[in-house]
Amino acid sequence: MNYGPIIFLGVFLTIASSWIGLVLIPQVQFGRQQEVKIEETGEIYPTVRPGLAQQGMEIYKANGCIYCHSQQVRPEGYGADIARNWGQRRTVSRDYLHDNPVMLGTMRTGPDLSNIGVRQTSVLWHLQHLYNPQITSKGSIMPPFRFLFEKRKAGDKPSPDALALPKEFAPEPGSEIVPKPEARALVQYLLSLKANAPLPEAR
Amino acid sequence: MSATSPSILQALSPSDTEDVAQRRALLAEIDASCRGTLMLFFGAALVWLLIGTVFALIASWKMHSPDFLADIPWLTFGRVRPAHLNAVVFGFASEAAIAVTLWLICRLCRAPLMHGWVVNIAGVFWNIGVAIGIGGILAGHSTAIEWLEIPGYATPLLFVSYALIAIWGIITFRFRREKHLYVSQWYLLAALFWFPWLYSAAQILLIMEPVRGVVQATVNWWFAHNVLGLWFTPIGIGAIYYFIPKVLGIPVYKYSLSVIGFWSLALFYNWNGMHHLVGGPLPAWLITVSIVASVMMTIPVVTVGLNHHFTMWGSFHKLKDSPVLRFMVFGGMSYTVTSLHGVLLALRSVSEVTHFTHSTIAHAHQGMYAFFTMVMFGAIYYIVPRIIQVEWPSARLISIHFWASAIGIMLYIVPLIIGGTLQGVAMINPDVPFLDPNKYSVVTMTVPYLRVRSVSGFIILVGHLAFATSFIWIVARWIKAARQHQPTPIVSNV
Ligand code: HEC
Repeated sequence: MNYGPIIFLGVFLTIASSWIGLVLIPQVQFGRQQEVKIEETGEIYPTVRPGLAQQGMEIYKANGCIYCHSQQVRPEGYGADIARNWGQRRTVSRDYLHDNPVMLGTMRTGPDLSNIGVRQTSVLWHLQHLYNPQITSKGSIMPPFRFLFEKRKAGDKPSPDALALPKEFAPEPGSEIVPKPEARALVQYLLSLKANAPLPEAR
Repeated sequence: MSATSPSILQALSPSDTEDVAQRRALLAEIDASCRGTLMLFFGAALVWLLIGTVFALIASWKMHSPDFLADIPWLTFGRVRPAHLNAVVFGFASEAAIAVTLWLICRLCRAPLMHGWVVNIAGVFWNIGVAIGIGGILAGHSTAIEWLEIPGYATPLLFVSYALIAIWGIITFRFRREKHLYVSQWYLLAALFWFPWLYSAAQILLIMEPVRGVVQATVNWWFAHNVLGLWFTPIGIGAIYYFIPKVLGIPVYKYSLSVIGFWSLALFYNWNGMHHLVGGPLPAWLITVSIVASVMMTIPVVTVGLNHHFTMWGSFHKLKDSPVLRFMVFGGMSYTVTSLHGVLLALRSVSEVTHFTHSTIAHAHQGMYAFFTMVMFGAIYYIVPRIIQVEWPSARLISIHFWASAIGIMLYIVPLIIGGTLQGVAMINPDVPFLDPNKYSVVTMTVPYLRVRSVSGFIILVGHLAFATSFIWIVARWIKAARQHQPTPIVSNV
């Protein structure tokens, strides 16, 4: 007997089923989710990222931060995400409405970053950390992103853009380290990562 | 299609209708028709394997020594790692898979590959697509979507080349002379059909017209898990189903088991993907469905495992003599182990610990390397001498390849599963600091395991170099033999 057509039919139906179940139905169920007004503050959530932070997201994408950092907080009682202060609440689908791509991540070589803009607000800290993680986090295995900075000849006095560095990380006298626009944009993106609005569905 | 009508005796016993010489001639014709195409794909696959291995070593080394090559933007960890994945998945593994699939289809259908040049052109464009894609990732154009990092400007090329290849496979199937379908063919045809569906759906919904919000994550993991489940796995199993009985010269243990195995795989595997998102910002039902489907995977895994095992039963001593069998059996056993381990990892309580840790990475390598890649190596060792009519020059090199790959990958997987699980145990315990250079902390406790991984990478590299040497050597002999058959060209003195 010629099973060819039966196999093709079966093969077609099986993949069609999961395509409907795991792609189409989710799209129908929450693909058109909208912003909401937060009762406590009267603000609309989530908001679109400002331009510079959006550019920073491109730097995040390009340099594969996603391979070491997740952006999702698991619920209370499942893992220690909340106990580790990675968020005050779990993240929910609405938090990601304006993310494209959505970078949930699958790896936590480093901490979750959903709320890094809440946890660490210092631009200087982020710049130093990106320049060389050992400055702020001794023993870290995060790679340094020195290529997001440039070394310049220093004038008589340090320029306002120059990055303040501890002695052992500072360049030789007469030169200074200045963050490139990419580094500044990336920090703005990190500061924009806040999934802490009190959404009703996340309580 | 014999020219002479069968004798009465032959007509009474259909299995004897075929004349051995005629059969040999047909096989020779089929092998000859595949020769150029397969050597092109195998050669390119080998190049990507080596490139991918080097990327892997760089990435692995960087993980414990972050200052290594840190000032070259295109070699930063977050670019080399996806470059590695795409080189081995779309360069090496897919090309080896395509070549093995085409050959198996031709052999099992008793049909030569017609107009192989079409597939050759598709192959050339596929390689150009992969090269542009990986160049793009290194240049910083990654899409940052796991398993789909290749930038949008290279993927249409990949898709068109792939579609052409799949159509060619299916056309060959249409022109089959052998009407009986062997179980391998089911798997292979299904894979040829599934992959373009997956790839085009994912490209459209994530890159061209991206869906909004976390639906992206469901599409992403529906795709990424199915690349393993509906593309590599069926081709790997299909190949094992062919090669183990072939090498042993006996039929597979139970045909009925293979039917159950195939349909349960088709039914359950494609629903598995959401187990990558346990605890994530998605409705609970989605994740539960995938966990249930993952547990159901026990059925195809156990049936296929038993079938292969009992086919091998009583023949294990032959592993000593046949390198092909060794690679196949190693791959088959890894398939069983990795799949059952995968079922475990999908459970909510286990995932709470192991999700987001190196144990997932170890699991992925167990599937892609210890299972799939080993099966492809075995298949290549079987097929190449038959299509070019040259023997492998050195048994020792093959042996080095096998042992380096086998020991290397075990040294990769076992410590990293242990290390990753301990990392997870530490991570869900808020009393363990995330990073503290002087204490047991989540970051620092992983470092020794990451170092062992780098060592295992070097061992695997040795295996791949042995393989490359064998391959270049056999090709050199092949060219030499081909030259000797041809009249020497007249050398001009001008
Ligand atoms: C090889 C893995 C790796 C990569 C790639 C990586 N990181 Fe990290 N990251 C870590 C580790 C480990 C830590 C924890 C130690 C530390 O603070 O450096 C960390 C910490 C951080 C922190 C501080 C988090 C906190 O809670 O204090 C930020 C912010 C950060 N990384 C941002 C980034 C960005 C942005 C990128 C991409 C440009 C990136 N990381 C790439 C491993 C990585």
